[in-house]
Amino acid sequence: MLNNQGRPTSAGEAAAQSHPTFTGNRALIIEEALLFEIGRPETTGVDVPAPKAVKSRLGGQERKAPIGLVGLSEPETMRHFVRLSQKNYGIDTGLFPLGSCTMKHNPRLNEKMARLAGFADIHPLQPQSTVQGALELIEMLAHYLMTLTGTEAVAMSPKAGAHGELCGMMAIKAAIEAKGEGATRRVVLVPDSAHGTNPATAALIGFEVKPVPARADGTVHVKDVKELLGPDVAAIMLTNPNTCGIFEPEIVEIARAMKKAGAYFYCDGANFNAIVGKAKPGDLGIDCMHINLHKTFSTPHGGGGPGAGPVVLSKRLAPFAPVPFIRRKGKKLELVEHAADAGKATPFGRVTAFHGQMGMYVRALAYMLSHGADGMKQASEDAVLSANYIRAGLQDLMSVPFPDHPSMHEALFDDTWLKDTGITTLDFAKAMIDEGYHPMTMYFPLIVHGAMLVEPTESESRASLDLFIMALRDLAMRAKRGETERFAGAPFHAPRRRLDETRAARNPILRWVPPQPMQQAAE
Amino acid sequence: MRYLPLTPDDRAGMLARIGVATVDDLFSDIPADKLLKEPVNLPHHAGELSVERTLGAMAAKNVPASSVPFFVGAGAYKHHVPATVDHLIQRSEFLTSYTPYQPEIAQGTLQYLFEFQTQVALLTGMEVANASMYDGSTGTGEAVLMAHRVTKRRKAVLSGGLHPQYADVVKTLSMMANDAVVAAPADVNGTEDLARLIDNETSCIVVQNPDVFGNIRDLRPLAAAAQAKGVLLIAVFTEALSLGLIESPGAQGADIVVGEGQSIGNGLNFGGPYVGLFAAKQKYVRQMPGRLCGETVDAEGKRGFVLTLSTREQHIRRDKATSNICTNSGLCCLAFTIHMTLLGEKGLRQLAQVNHANAVDLAERLEAVKGVTVLTSAFFNEFTVKLPVNAAEAVEKMAKKGVLAGVPVSRLLPGEGFDDLLIVANTEVNTDEDREAFVNALKGVL
Repeated sequence: MLNNQGRPTSAGEAAAQSHPTFTGNRALIIEEALLFEIGRPETTGVDVPAPKAVKSRLGGQERKAPIGLVGLSEPETMRHFVRLSQKNYGIDTGLFPLGSCTMKHNPRLNEKMARLAGFADIHPLQPQSTVQGALELIEMLAHYLMTLTGTEAVAMSPKAGAHGELCGMMAIKAAIEAKGEGATRRVVLVPDSAHGTNPATAALIGFEVKPVPARADGTVHVKDVKELLGPDVAAIMLTNPNTCGIFEPEIVEIARAMKKAGAYFYCDGANFNAIVGKAKPGDLGIDCMHINLHKTFSTPHGGGGPGAGPVVLSKRLAPFAPVPFIRRKGKKLELVEHAADAGKATPFGRVTAFHGQMGMYVRALAYMLSHGADGMKQASEDAVLSANYIRAGLQDLMSVPFPDHPSMHEALFDDTWLKDTGITTLDFAKAMIDEGYHPMTMYFPLIVHGAMLVEPTESESRASLDLFIMALRDLAMRAKRGETERFAGAPFHAPRRRLDETRAARNPILRWVPPQPMQQAAE
Repeated sequence: MRYLPLTPDDRAGMLARIGVATVDDLFSDIPADKLLKEPVNLPHHAGELSVERTLGAMAAKNVPASSVPFFVGAGAYKHHVPATVDHLIQRSEFLTSYTPYQPEIAQGTLQYLFEFQTQVALLTGMEVANASMYDGSTGTGEAVLMAHRVTKRRKAVLSGGLHPQYADVVKTLSMMANDAVVAAPADVNGTEDLARLIDNETSCIVVQNPDVFGNIRDLRPLAAAAQAKGVLLIAVFTEALSLGLIESPGAQGADIVVGEGQSIGNGLNFGGPYVGLFAAKQKYVRQMPGRLCGETVDAEGKRGFVLTLSTREQHIRRDKATSNICTNSGLCCLAFTIHMTLLGEKGLRQLAQVNHANAVDLAERLEAVKGVTVLTSAFFNEFTVKLPVNAAEAVEKMAKKGVLAGVPVSRLLPGEGFDDLLIVANTEVNTDEDREAFVNALKGVL
């Protein structure tokens, strides 16, 4: 077909083979050099005024040699980073079924609110009389978190989930020491299915980690916990819903047993998205739980952070919450920054400079106000519904290790169904990339062989879920038919093929270094 | 509810496909008496306009730095962030991506992390840098733990010029980990002798430069003294821009360098999120906390980047990991990297010079005020002044006159006899008129 200028309007011959390009680019996928290969020491993309003429007071400590940094003009900077961005997959690109990570929609209203000058452009140490609105926001968010979790207090300042775990375990340690049991209660029980941060956190502050076996149904049984309990046990760190995507059915009994034994219950709140508005962890008897605002409450993951990890605390841990915290003094809100000002409370110390992740607080509260009590409940129901829908759509082809429990917000599969195909969980995950999906969480939890943990969140339409299910069914059937080449080499269509991680670790290159001059290189 | 795509019909159809009658059948593992029947006692959902009104009203009660002459520093600094930075970090592919565990579709994040690590290594004068910590203070805590691992000793010596809140973070972590800390008394003039605090159990000395009072220090003598005893020197900074003008800690002999990167690319945000910069000598790389991005090739031999040396990390090593950190400050690293790219060597040095010159100009103006003494002789963009009145009260009164004058030392160190000291920062955002307003407001409260 030709249009009236003689321009062909059908694909015609173009459907033939692809070919290598001169530039190495593939249309929208553009090869982008490193900043240090394209930048120049003399180039700058900002116009800085000339400094005032004054007598320097640097005390003779000025730099003499060049730093080695390079710059780009503004248009070059724009292009460099836009091109890099195009090599990334985000929630806005497509379904992001990364189990345990809750990759839900990040509302842009949150971003707009966080950028209000009254939140984004205030200093943590300016007079408290000039930041009353900021303190009000933190107090309101704290109220929301305590209401949703049914707890008495919340330490707001931890910077991310693992930092929240550390804060919570420090509160537990302080409470134990206040009872004079610091020398004896040194053991923390951690199920084999736990996130790696749990044992790492406990070990960081000197606890001895003792594993709790998971039963064949993927849950922790109170009987096993009781067997490990003794005067040496400080706490249990248990994720609920657990990392197999199951609500721990005996959690209330476990909490009761911990309390009876004089120990504490740390709940890892990474999977809170399944039960917001459906159950209050405080009602279940937990003592503390961190909340990943970047999972449950929609603040963006940003390629690995920043997050925020406030920790809710039970009545018996509340007095030990770290500084700073907010207190009402008449009509004013007051930020208590020093233990000496804490009144009856006995803060264990401080976990970060300043007051925590304000930028994340604004985003999380914007989300909570938008959803409201009704919407948050609905969101959890939709998240759980969607995960079970995916499970129902795939369970005839892929193996479900714990069929006796309904899934919460994530559906877990193992690799039994891939037996004798020569295809691994990794291969299957990489083949998903070619279909336009970010892979699910793979090989976690560790207690399930070749685990595939699928968390769709509440942000997907039914059509999106249906397409995902069909795409995975297609891949699964191809795997079973033995189309190994489609998997072993995957991904084929991503900006990069499979990367050599062994090589990266064996000879670590962790920064750019200028190329050696030819002669030197030859020596 | 605008964030939820499922319709009532979808939900009914999906329940039927799953084979349950109601959604609560899927919550059957929750004990029946714990399952909430009604929504919790919080307001119901609200539209964008309503949320904007609620939050806008709270924001309006605060005094933004840009709206007044602003001189508050002591660990967080008001700088101009180019518009390009905020635009780029809001690109969906950066904003809504995850930790780059699937490198084939995360080369954007991985490449900027590699560039970030290189920038940080250059700026600090160190061989390697990681892909960020939460902030400078938590990074300092991690640096101390790392020094303990390297030296197999468990006592840290903290300078009296270390930001008191950083010191508190280290003290809390050390107390919890049963490690020893020796904290030198507050050192307003930057003249302490830390070397004398070293003993056979000392693993590291933690010294901030410029220190919290603004003093620029010469780290070389301390580095030499530390090295002679097998002690690691941890150099801390809270104002990353200072490294554009003063000698790098690496060149002065630091073993680990850790600091706050907020000044480059990131706003004040009432204290967070910020970005911790963490760098060290190459020989200690396997003891470093946090993520590291490294170069490799793909199956076709093309250069690419991956997270590497992850056998140090919690998801592999669990209770034997070098740190429990997982999520870090990804997007704040990106803001840092973009701003640093725009600045380049030339822009960074120039911006640092402008900061220093503005601060010197303010110091000169304050020295002309009767009763006011500038205590800091060598400084970058921040110094400490002694007032003839209570500094916290002066700051409150000046705030009422529309000038945010600085951080009273008593806010950081209450009850230690520093009530007349004020830490004053002056960056490129302050004009001559702002400094004039500062001096006039100050005169009005003396």
